[in-house]
Amino acid sequence: MLSRTADNLFWLSRYVERAENMARLMEMGYRMALMPSAGDGNRSEWASVLSASGCAQGYDPEMPLRQAEVTDYLIFNRDNSSSILNCFENARANARAMRTAITAEMWEALNNALMELRRTPMHNLAKTDLPEFIDWVKRQGALFRGATDSTILRDDGYDFIRLGTFIERADNTARLLDVKYYVLLPETSMVGDGVDNYQWTTVLRAASSLRAFHWVYRDDYSPYRIAHFLILNPFSPRSLAHCVEQITNHLEHLARHYGKRGAVHSQAVEIYSLLTQSQMEEIFAQGLHEFLSDFLMRSQSLSSAIAETYYFGGQ
Amino acid sequence: MFNEMMMNDEVREPYRALVDWMEASGPEVLQQKRLEAETLFRKIGITFSVYGEGGDPERLIPFDLIPRIFTANEWRKIERGVKQRARALNTFLYDVYHNAEIIKAGIVPADLVFRNAAFEPAMIGIDPPRKVYSHIVGVDVVRVGPDDFYVLEDNCRTPSGVSYMLENREIMMRMFPELFSKLRIEPVESYPDMLHKTLKSIAPRKCDREPNIVVLTPGAMNSAYYEHSFLADQMGVELVEGQDLFVSEGRVFMRTTQGPARVDVIYRRIDDAYIDPLCFRPDSVLGVPGLMNVYRSGGVAICSAPGAGVADDKAIYTYVPDMIRFYLGQEPILNNVPTWKCANPDDLKYVLENLGDLVVKEVHGSGGYGMLVGPASTKEEQATYAERIKADPNDFIAQPTLALSACPTFVESGVAPRHVDFRPFCLVGDDIRLTPGGLTRVAMREGSLVVNSSQGGGVKDTWIMAD
Repeated sequence: MLSRTADNLFWLSRYVERAENMARLMEMGYRMALMPSAGDGNRSEWASVLSASGCAQGYDPEMPLRQAEVTDYLIFNRDNSSSILNCFENARANARAMRTAITAEMWEALNNALMELRRTPMHNLAKTDLPEFIDWVKRQGALFRGATDSTILRDDGYDFIRLGTFIERADNTARLLDVKYYVLLPETSMVGDGVDNYQWTTVLRAASSLRAFHWVYRDDYSPYRIAHFLILNPFSPRSLAHCVEQITNHLEHLARHYGKRGAVHSQAVEIYSLLTQSQMEEIFAQGLHEFLSDFLMRSQSLSSAIAETYYFGGQ
Repeated sequence: MFNEMMMNDEVREPYRALVDWMEASGPEVLQQKRLEAETLFRKIGITFSVYGEGGDPERLIPFDLIPRIFTANEWRKIERGVKQRARALNTFLYDVYHNAEIIKAGIVPADLVFRNAAFEPAMIGIDPPRKVYSHIVGVDVVRVGPDDFYVLEDNCRTPSGVSYMLENREIMMRMFPELFSKLRIEPVESYPDMLHKTLKSIAPRKCDREPNIVVLTPGAMNSAYYEHSFLADQMGVELVEGQDLFVSEGRVFMRTTQGPARVDVIYRRIDDAYIDPLCFRPDSVLGVPGLMNVYRSGGVAICSAPGAGVADDKAIYTYVPDMIRFYLGQEPILNNVPTWKCANPDDLKYVLENLGDLVVKEVHGSGGYGMLVGPASTKEEQATYAERIKADPNDFIAQPTLALSACPTFVESGVAPRHVDFRPFCLVGDDIRLTPGGLTRVAMREGSLVVNSSQGGGVKDTWIMAD
């Protein structure tokens, strides 16, 4: 497979995943804003959303941190490379640059998403009915993944698509937790406090994991449980452990397919063992923030190693 | 004017079943089908963008639902004529890059060839595989009467439009399954396989295995990008850009996730000037540095060969009937349109005196740009154009305004005749192959004779009826 094509596939799926994660983040902000104020006038949910999005630097400091302004920035801003509009534009541009490497169904899913988003009704919807727009974005991601899952050859192209998805997802889950880590810290938690409880559940909600969490831990919203679910639980589809497991599998598949193994493989295995062998207690003892920062650094370096190993930048 | 569908108030035979069906269905059904077709095109992303107009880089080319239909007999004549031309043009190309017999014989003037901008000195003495230069010849045919076909021009470089031939048919089969099951319409779907066979047959001398074929595109911003990706996909070969290829130790390689992979045959959709910055335009970033050296030493095949354009130049065009007689010893099956060469003083005088009745074209132009359609022009336009001709007569040719045949077409006011032309795609390799079909282009504006998609022309499916 052409290196440029692999590069495009990798980024294509990253952008689709990113658009969806942006939508989930906004969903979290929206839900938090529906909560009665904690009493001290602390209404910082949209500031949290912005910082968890990873694109706070581009936000005009003069602008108020309210729903209308923040969502406009995260959905439509052309200068924000991670805005949902740009994510879809970039995903489609990547797809168009290698039309032959994806199936007609995948192309149609992406093409329709962008066409609809550019068309006025969807545009207006994003401004008037945020929850419905968020559902629409999630549906586009699901359509694309579904089309991918049911139509594409299970060759190296599929591996690069999946690598992009899980690198992006792990990155997002880690950043989401990092922004909210203070509400999960045991010492700041007041058991039974309605607002905190609600904040924790919104973290799960932003990861679309609230229902799944119930099935595993019932109503035990302790910080340990929540952090465990999103970091170490291999059954949770957005946990770091699950993402890295998938990354390791796909790298392994590539190694067998190409008959070549490199530093990138040992790097992935190293992160994987770190996640399978850690206990939540240790992580909290070392510092959740430090743990997450370390993870983000490792995942960034893994992403570069993938690019290098498969010659994304030419050879 | 010849109407493809009607003759003496009667529906011509090949159109009868279609007309019956249209009448039985009624206008609402047809209108509905039109909308469905447009949605399909947009969804699949079949687009064509126009240079220099800005705006939407992924414009849709207008697609007309009413097919253009040829009988088996009409097709046989076109087929024989097109194959004959493709053979003569390739023989001419081999000749001008070798002994130039046709020039020595005094049939084609030396200046017209050797001073032609499309003549490529770097090709002199090179023997391309199977002596083929132009592997895909698009011959533009117009019709003026029941049995009168003329060739308007030849396209020997990289004629585009074949993806429309294939996609139009796909759409038509989805729209009108009952017509396809009832009528015997020759299929066109084998074109990509035939193209692949053709490309495989021109593997370079040094290739000692199943050749690795690629399609080379200038990239997603090119107006014909959809076609490039479509053809690569249909053939199951990689679609590459210049940056994906490099030359090493006398061979061409592409950059893959597993390291370099050798490339043997390049179907390039990039102009000559851009394919190798070391040999042609040094500022080109679309091409592959060193490609021509590999080509010269038989390490790679390039389709079409650089310099093939000298055969489809509008000034050379006038000599194609002579080529057919000279190389093949045959009479041309398809006629040329009578042409005045402004380089010739008598012709120039005639052209300037009759601008209002003629179509004047730039010799090197293409895509319908920079031409004057006499009957549709104002006196001022004619005067301005006359000055351009006088400034450089060698650059212009003129032809009578042909009464192009018209085919019923959906327009604002209903169904009305609009002028059409026809481009079949002839493949030349180990054999000469021609898919029974082609691209029918239609001038959507009433009375207009300009069918180019860059000038607002549309397309139709073309049906060749089986015997």
